Amino acid sequence: MGHPRPHAGPAIAVSDLRMRYGDKDVLTGLDLRVEAGGVTALLGPNGAGKTTTIEILEGFRARSGGDVEVLGVDPVSGGEAWRARLGVVLQEWRDNGKWRVRDLLRHFAEYYRPYADPWGADELLELVGLTAQAGQRIQTLSGGQRRRLDVAIGIIGRPELLFLDEPTTGFDPHARREFHELIHRLTDLDGTTILLTTHDLDEAEKLAERIVILAGGRIIADGSPDQLARAAATVAEVSWTQDGRRHVHATEDATDFARGLLATDDGAVTDLEIHRASLEEAYLTLVQQFETGQTETAVDTFREATK
Amino acid sequence: MNTTAHEYRTGWKRALIETRNTLTSPSDLAGLVVPMLVAVAVLYFMRGVEVEGAPVSLGAMNMPGLIGMNVVFGGIITLVSMLVMDRVNGTLLRAKSMPGGMTGYLVGQIGSAAMFLSLTSIILLAVGLPLFDGLEFATPDRWLLFLAVLAIGLAAVMPLGAVLGALINNPKNMSLVMFPVMASVAVSGIFYKITALPEWLQWIGQALPMYWMGLGMRQALLPDSMAAVEIGGEWRTLTMFAVLALWAVASMALAPRLLRRMSRRESGSAVASRRQQMQQQWG
Repeated sequence: MGHPRPHAGPAIAVSDLRMRYGDKDVLTGLDLRVEAGGVTALLGPNGAGKTTTIEILEGFRARSGGDVEVLGVDPVSGGEAWRARLGVVLQEWRDNGKWRVRDLLRHFAEYYRPYADPWGADELLELVGLTAQAGQRIQTLSGGQRRRLDVAIGIIGRPELLFLDEPTTGFDPHARREFHELIHRLTDLDGTTILLTTHDLDEAEKLAERIVILAGGRIIADGSPDQLARAAATVAEVSWTQDGRRHVHATEDATDFARGLLATDDGAVTDLEIHRASLEEAYLTLVQQFETGQTETAVDTFREATK
Repeated sequence: MNTTAHEYRTGWKRALIETRNTLTSPSDLAGLVVPMLVAVAVLYFMRGVEVEGAPVSLGAMNMPGLIGMNVVFGGIITLVSMLVMDRVNGTLLRAKSMPGGMTGYLVGQIGSAAMFLSLTSIILLAVGLPLFDGLEFATPDRWLLFLAVLAIGLAAVMPLGAVLGALINNPKNMSLVMFPVMASVAVSGIFYKITALPEWLQWIGQALPMYWMGLGMRQALLPDSMAAVEIGGEWRTLTMFAVLALWAVASMALAPRLLRRMSRRESGSAVASRRQQMQQQWG
């Protein structure tokens, strides 16, 4: 009983993970290590193997090869006590539609009682902003409310590791923003490690401290949003106003160019801006090439850009 | 804390909440009550139909069979559709994602199905007794037999429904179970004497649980002289319990393995692909 003792090693340790369906290789030697704490985003175009990876980590799918440890346990042999330390939020859940929101949370909390001190239904409802819906049947919730309930269920047993698979698919901008705020609240809460998958770079940048880009069955880039953005930016665009006219100059060393510009302008330069080619552009090129079947080219181009 | 005992206790709570949820939603309640009322109404019109050499009407004769059929038919269809639909909407995967969730889910679903079948059987009994002349249910030995037949019937049908439900991975294949179960009504002597059928059909009927549930309920509710209409001219009480027990044991032996296999195959992408298939078919 009581709180589970946090696991000392990395939350996730994967080496040379392989997955093959028939004669199709979906994962071709994936290496990933996620330390405890913080939010990591697994980003990649549709069909890159994100869901397969996360399902292997969740213990829902057997792998073809490689070593996997989640909270120090191989998911294939993870028992109920291991399961109690994980939270899972899937893309689209419509389970238990006839249940009332509070009843379901109260009931699900029971399952965790032998392993942890689960959340009370009412505190949890307040956390995810569903207090007003507590007595409603689940099938009457909106898409955004339903997903917030899914998150509530995911964290009900105070998991050490929370998986979120494409959490905002199909959301309107408002619901998406509310959901992002909820994730931020969760990370402030305690040391829960979060691994989320998304095909949306913007979402990954907003939520994650670390972005791992998956394409062609392996990881092709890995770093903080800043690191990746800097790496993607090979050329910067410098623009300024001088004598009432707008000037634009493209350069590989923006700092040096700006220094030279300001040193000789006698104070005439105003509105100086430096714009780096964004990670978004590099990523969109990757996705586009990936979707038109040029997987290898896509992976190579992106690697070149983020090297 | 004993985790297995805890899982069963939590499952039992699930059964109670499931039952309450159904009882408080009008559409579920209607789906439950309307078919029963229709069946009773049909029998009511048969109350004037005399059966040669029998002291009670055809309606009264079929009333106990209807209760037996309700347990077998209702039990199998309820569990199969539950397991199949809960794989489409993710309820089963949800159970898998929680510690002890699968045990809790199965105990809960089977528990609530058993409660419903018991409830509907008792409602049918309560409606049937005043409507049909000739039913006998005044003595404790009949009450006891009714409860015993109901119990062994549930013990046979619940795991059987779970086995069939675990085997069916796609909602469109549900007819693979529906039709045989409906066909088994026809060869089980529920609505007319089984002795009127060709002998080989009688044997098929006697291999299936439906016939024996009907027989057991007839023994519990009809005058003793009605045994003359049955195969061999007697109630065959021991054989009835033995056959139903055999079905119970065989299904219980198979069910855990098949349910484990079903659970092992559950994943988010499995749920998503099933849903996509359904949308293509009906959407």
